[in-house]
Amino acid sequence: MVLCLGAVCLVCSALLAGVNALTEAPIKEAAEKALKESIGAVLPQGGELSEERGVSVGDQNYVYYECTLAEGSTCYAVKSTVQGFGGPLTLMVGVLSDLSINNTSVLSHSETPGLGAKCATDEGFMNQWKGFNGVLKVRKDGGDVDAITASTITSRAYTLAVEQAVAAVKAVQAQNEQTKEETNE
Amino acid sequence: MSKLSLISRGILKENPTFVLVLGMCPTLATTTSAINGMEMGLATMFVLILSNIVISLLAPVVPDKVHIPVYIVVIATFVTLLQLVMQAYTPAVYQTLGLFIPLIVVNCIVLGRAEAFANKHGVLESALDGIGIGLGFTLSLTVIGMVRELLGSLSIFGWKIIPGDGILAFVLAPGAFIVLGYLMVLFNKLTKKN
Repeated sequence: MVLCLGAVCLVCSALLAGVNALTEAPIKEAAEKALKESIGAVLPQGGELSEERGVSVGDQNYVYYECTLAEGSTCYAVKSTVQGFGGPLTLMVGVLSDLSINNTSVLSHSETPGLGAKCATDEGFMNQWKGFNGVLKVRKDGGDVDAITASTITSRAYTLAVEQAVAAVKAVQAQNEQTKEETNE
Repeated sequence: MSKLSLISRGILKENPTFVLVLGMCPTLATTTSAINGMEMGLATMFVLILSNIVISLLAPVVPDKVHIPVYIVVIATFVTLLQLVMQAYTPAVYQTLGLFIPLIVVNCIVLGRAEAFANKHGVLESALDGIGIGLGFTLSLTVIGMVRELLGSLSIFGWKIIPGDGILAFVLAPGAFIVLGYLMVLFNKLTKKN
């Protein structure tokens, strides 16, 4: 009895270990590809991308990528995570040097399928972020963001994530100014 | 029993959703749209076929006292395999279904078929039973998803049929119960006549 259960468990774990070893690399690759694609989607084309860097605002830490454009200005892709309706909502937000939004893209979410999950598929909602330069609040709260029908909580969370990304870019810009001044001295 | 009737039985006479009323948790949770329901059905079918095959092979040598733990280990292994493979090669599907894949382990259809069928029958019959029940589950979930998607967001498989917003309640949990209930009545009415 024990022998049989033990043998079955042994075979199963061996099988899983094998498949895990086989799929580890593709899973990592897929995740990296998704990240690269999201950065490409939120930033203007043709810039030179920096390494992954970190910045903290308050007690929140953000991962961001700096991108120097051909005409000399700098833009940023910031990874921003907030609490959505069904769990964490992680966005990649592209911010230009004048702090306006270039575009946004959803990295991962666990919003309700058919409702909040539309934040990653609904064209009307997604397209409004292209070149968005208004008040970062949903219309219900007196801002310029069109919420997804019946998903105000998700829309608010999404807006908050974008707002946080802008705050992070502000912190990065202040930091860069400071180091510039220090080197001048 | 003929091979064909093994398959058709899973779709009609012993339809897991509308007749046996098994696996209600994934049925209610994933059918917000036709495509979600279908993907969940196919994932379950994959696990069901493989676990039925392996369990029909294992059943003669597994002592009675430990048969449930052994079946669960086998089922959990296949589910984890499926999860890893999906994550590696179809990340987009994994993104939408990721939450529900681990739930297949505790889907009573899979363990139910292992207990009620696979451990008493041969490999071929068990595989066919898995295909039949799996198809029945997939079709039921797709139909429920289609009805909910049509009423809730006025589209089918993501194609907008009528412009507008639809009746929101059908995308939410109450709509799942209502649609499931009416479809169950309809299904039983139609199949009983024949």
